[in-house]
Formats: sequence, structure tokens, C-alpha cells
Amino acid sequence: MSVETATPKPVGRRSSDVVREAFSKYGLILVLLALPVYLGLSDLAKDGSLTQLGNNLVLGLSNGAIYALIALGYTLVYGIIELINFAHGEVFMIGSFVAFGLWGTIGLTLTTGPLGIALGLIVSLLLAMVVCGVLNVMIERVAYKPLRNAPKLAPLITAIGFSFILQNVGILWLGSSPASVPDLIDSQRVLFDIGGVNIHRGDVLAIAVTIPLVFLLTAFIGRSRLGKAMRATAQDPDAARLMGINVNTTISMTFLLGGMLAGAAGLINLLYQTSIWYFQGFTAGLIAFTAAVMGGIGNLKGAVLGGIIIGCIQQLADNRIGAQWTTAVVFAYLVLIMVFRPQGLIGEVTREAG
Amino acid sequence: MTNAQEFVRDHRNLVGAVAALSIAAILPLFMDPLSTITHNCILAGAYVVMALGLNIVVGFAGLLDLGYVAFYAFGSYTVGWFASDHFSTVNGGKGIHVVAGEFAAKLPGIHLNFLLIILVAILITGIAGMLIGLPTLRLRGDYIAIVTLAFGEIVYRFAVNGDQITLAKGATLTGGRQAISPIDSIGLPGFKEFDSAISLRAYYWFVLVLVAVVLFVNFRLRDSRLGRAWIAIREDEVAAASMGVPLVRTKLMAYATGAAFGGISGAFLGSYLTSVNAGQFQFGFSIFILAMIILGGLGSIWGVAFGAILLSFINTYFIPDVFNGVPHKLGLDFDLTVLNFGIFGFLILIVMVLRPQGLFPERRRALELTEGVTADSTFEVHAP
Repeated sequence: MSVETATPKPVGRRSSDVVREAFSKYGLILVLLALPVYLGLSDLAKDGSLTQLGNNLVLGLSNGAIYALIALGYTLVYGIIELINFAHGEVFMIGSFVAFGLWGTIGLTLTTGPLGIALGLIVSLLLAMVVCGVLNVMIERVAYKPLRNAPKLAPLITAIGFSFILQNVGILWLGSSPASVPDLIDSQRVLFDIGGVNIHRGDVLAIAVTIPLVFLLTAFIGRSRLGKAMRATAQDPDAARLMGINVNTTISMTFLLGGMLAGAAGLINLLYQTSIWYFQGFTAGLIAFTAAVMGGIGNLKGAVLGGIIIGCIQQLADNRIGAQWTTAVVFAYLVLIMVFRPQGLIGEVTREAG
Repeated sequence: MTNAQEFVRDHRNLVGAVAALSIAAILPLFMDPLSTITHNCILAGAYVVMALGLNIVVGFAGLLDLGYVAFYAFGSYTVGWFASDHFSTVNGGKGIHVVAGEFAAKLPGIHLNFLLIILVAILITGIAGMLIGLPTLRLRGDYIAIVTLAFGEIVYRFAVNGDQITLAKGATLTGGRQAISPIDSIGLPGFKEFDSAISLRAYYWFVLVLVAVVLFVNFRLRDSRLGRAWIAIREDEVAAASMGVPLVRTKLMAYATGAAFGGISGAFLGSYLTSVNAGQFQFGFSIFILAMIILGGLGSIWGVAFGAILLSFINTYFIPDVFNGVPHKLGLDFDLTVLNFGIFGFLILIVMVLRPQGLFPERRRALELTEGVTADSTFEVHAP
């Protein structure tokens, strides 16, 4: 690998290492907390309540749930083949398109009864997950597998190529401007409020779909045979192969899982944002990637944590700084993390970040 | 073997460059001075300069830069700031003029001569290149790509929202989506001021000179100590470092040089198109330039120049003029122009999978890109 591994680290950690480690970790946490704390204090000073901040954070949490699902796809793939699946954001976008297409086909509209909507949504969730999973596997077969031994540059470039192709599929499908989508679940209706902070139906839905999926995924990777194979391949593909694991199938399965999560995120996003655009995947993909890096790429818990944090940051930036600056704010965080703590909040030191 | 043959053999690049550039130099005489084809050739020339710049970073030094559009933006804004009436309140509304053209000399705002603009653009983009490069020094591979991409997006955001940032009274950072326009036309000492309403030939020859200079600099750099250091870093960073290649300085030089070429080309394009509009600086443009160097052959100077010309003409001629009707003939209802980025994406995908070394590969780079790819092993085995 690299020089760091060639020279074994001394067994006892020097105190300077501990200090540096703590500084970089808690420094990052401080930087992350700076924005909400500042906004909270300014709220308190202005009108003596934290309601606005609370509202922002609730929206941030549900947005973050969507980012977490996408970020899991980045992290799964990175964990196993150390590749940034640049087309992942576009897979998520296709998920939204497939679900929306299905609504049109089966005639799911605002006038459909609640049972019909519930059924239709479950079917579109399953369809979006299956299509996106298969699409992701196809991308891996076409764009990454032939280049597994090529320099890192090569698969990244093909990934970008694929991402542009998928964006154009989106343009052909629904045109190049954002379209609005029927608000099937009445996502903005306030279900209840906690001390003035409103919880909407959309928020509940985003969380209610994300949490079981994340638990299913962790259980799958932690308990199942295939999950074990995935962890083994991530650790050492050659050794895994010697142990009788079909590395190619395992990698494909990883892409399948990542794609399925992206498909689920696509449907939730459709219901939550009630709009659809070919470009949504690009931005969401990059933000979710930031989330994955923030948590520590390759680390499942990290991806969820990062997703929630970045969802909150995005919401605060949208609401307080101005939506036109949001991507700049998120990317500024990305650069800061990459520079000062490339291993993320709870990740390990990787080759790229060494 | 005669002396002439020997000369040709030993100076293949020089002879090739002289031949190609002289043919290119007489070409506009056969074209209508105001035609679209002349315009397309000028754009192609500007893209060659940019692609050769990006080739230094990606092709020579192996640092995947996805935010190259930032330098196009910096170059264009240099000409937007210093050769237009954008800062109209400067010097009490009288403006600052340094060897400005006849017309520009009467306008408010800052008006520098284009040669000075190029120097300023080199300076600004060089520094910007180093600043963007700095955070990536500890990173490798795809992380560099993402950080540079992030910077490209941040610069784009500042360009788009720059009209809300007030630097001084009546002076904003950029024009935002409202273009900064008009930009002074190029006036060189000893020549009549360029006038794109009468003839585009002057611009054509000017960009050709830029291409010639950039080609020369590229060849000299590649064979210099610095160029060899870049290639060494690309092939094996650890080995290069242990051989005494100073990593930080070498990488920063790559970023700065590559950025400077982008800046020169950006300044030229700003002046030629007489407007600087934030909408030009989107991520897709970085990929457009990247696709040129991948198509031509990473690291190969001739290949990259060819790739830039080819892709530029695909973009300005083949897609909108030649093949645009194809979907309609097939009974499909869309213009091919909306798919141009999909087409570039498809091109880089198939080139990278089928012929990663590009159309005109550089021998050394081709070996790196192809060896081991077909070997019967799932993964590279790393030394412990």
C-alpha cells in the first residue's frame, strides 16, 4: 500500500499524537457546531426562542435521512473497491424518475383514495429500488469492472461519463427544467408540534422509511453470509478469493444494495420535495458524498451521521444564508474536512487520505 | 541519410509544429472572414490552449482536476474587471487607462491593454491554482478530484452570486447571470485594433500565436527537469519523493502552470466573445475540457491538441449542424444539442474502456494505462 504501513507504528502512542488526534476530531465537531450555535444564539437574542432553529433542524433531519440513504451507497462501494461511484447521484435521480413514471402509468393522482395511494407508493418504492439496483450493477459491469486494475483515474472518468449519460436520459425523459409532482401524501401538513417546532408528514415519512432500511442493511451486512463476504472482500480481495468467495459477485451485490438504497431515496425525495429534475442527482450526489466523507467513508454509521449533519447544514444554509449559497457552504465544509480530517468523524485512515 | 532527413528525424515535433501552424495560418485566407467556420476555428484554438493547460495537471502530473473551469472563470473575470466599464466608479468615474484602445480610452472603468491583461491573468490564475492545489497536497487519487470539483463549484457560486457582493460603492464582484459586457477588443501595439464586426481573422491569428506559444512551452516543460518530476510523481509518488523530487513544489507548479494556461485562454475568450457571463462557468465545462484530453490521449501534447480541435468541432459544428436532424429522421422529437454533454460522457466512457490511452497516445502513458488491466487478477496486489 503506502509507506505508512511499511514502517510499523510504535506500540505506545505518544502524547503529541493523542493531542493532535483530539484536536482534529473535536476541531471538526466544533466547526460543525459553529453554524447552528451561532444561529441559535442570534435567534435567542432577537426573539428569545429557538423555534426557528428547531424548525430548520427538523427539516434538516428529514433531508438528512435522504442524504444518508444516498451516502450509504457511496460508502458501501467505497468500502469494497475504494472507488467513488460518481454516477451514484444519477442513480438516485433515475429512482425518482422511475417512481414518477410508474405513478403516471398506474394513474396515481391526488384523487386516488388513501389505500390506493399507499399501495401505489409501496409498489413504486419496490420498483424504484429494483430498477436502481439493477442499473447500478450495470454501471459497475460496463464502466468499472473492465478497469479494475487500471490507475484510479480511469474508473473515475468513466463514472463521470456515465453520470452525464444518465443526466441526458433524464433530459430526454422529462425535459431540462424542473417539473412539479402531485403532493400525494400532503407532505407539508403539520402532524404535531413539540414546543412550537412543527413536524410535517413528509418528515415522518422520510424518517420512517430510512430507519428500517438502515437497520435492515446493517443486519444484512453484519449477519448474512453475503454480508460476511462483503466485509471479507473489503478487507482483502485476494485473500477473500482464496477463501472461496466469489469476489465479482460480491462486488455486484454491493452495487445492487447501494442502488436499491438510492432508489428508495429517490422515491422519498419525490414525495418530500414534490418536484423532479434531471439535475437533482448531481447536487444531491455531491452533498451525499460530502456526508459520506464527513462520517468517514467506508463506515456505515458514519454515512448516516454525516447525512444527518449535512442535511441540517444544508437546511440552515438554505434558510438563513440564502439558497443560492447552499452548495458553496456545503462544499466549503467538504474542503475543510478533506484538508483537516480526511478520515471523517468516525472513519479510519484510508489510502487516499493518508 | 541526408542532413535534411536527419534534421526531420531529430526535431520531429518542431517540424510538425511548424508545418501544422503554417497550414493553420494560411487557412483563414480561404474562409469568409466573418463566417461561422472562422468563429469555430477561433474557439477551437482557445480550447486547445485550455486543454494543453489541463493536460499538464492531469496528463503530466496525474492529478485529476475536475475544477478546471475555475481558471477559465478567473481568466475571463480578469478581462471583465480590467478591460470593461464594470468598475465604472473607479478614479472618480474617470477610469484608469493603460495603453487602452482609442474607444476604450474615453470610457469609465479600468482599461488595460490586452497584453497586460494576459500577464495579470497569468498571475491571478497561477495564484488561484496554487491556492486550490494546496489543500489537495496530502490527498491522492479521487479525493483530489472531489476537492478540485468542490472548488470549481464554489467559484461558480461566487460568479453567479457575485452581483450581490459589493466590493466598493457601485462595484460588485461579478455581473452574475447578467454578463459583464462589452469588453474592450484586443489592441496590440503596432497593430490596428481588432474589430470583430469587420473581420475575425485578427482574432484567429492571435489565438494561433497563443497556441504556438503554449505548444512550445508545453514541449519545453515536458522535457525539462520539472516535467520529468511531474511524470515521476504521476508514475509513483512515493518513489519520486524518495528520489528527491520535492512533492509540494512540483505539484503546486503543475497546478499553477495548468491554471495559467486556462487563465490566458479565459481572458482571450472573454475579450473575443465581448462578454463574461457566470453561466459559462459550470461544472460541465471542466468535463468538456477533460474529455478533450482523454479523447486525444492523456499526457500526449499532439493528441491533446487534436482532441481539443475534434471535440470543439463536435460541439460547435457536428452536433448542431450535421447530426442535429438525425433524431427527427428517426422519428424522435428532440434536438441533438440538448444531449451534447451526454455525447461527451459517452465518448469519454468508451474511450476509457476501449482505448484508455486515447487516439494519439503518448507511449509511456499508454503503458501505465493499459498494463495489468487485462491481467487475470481481480486486484492489484499491493506490497505489504
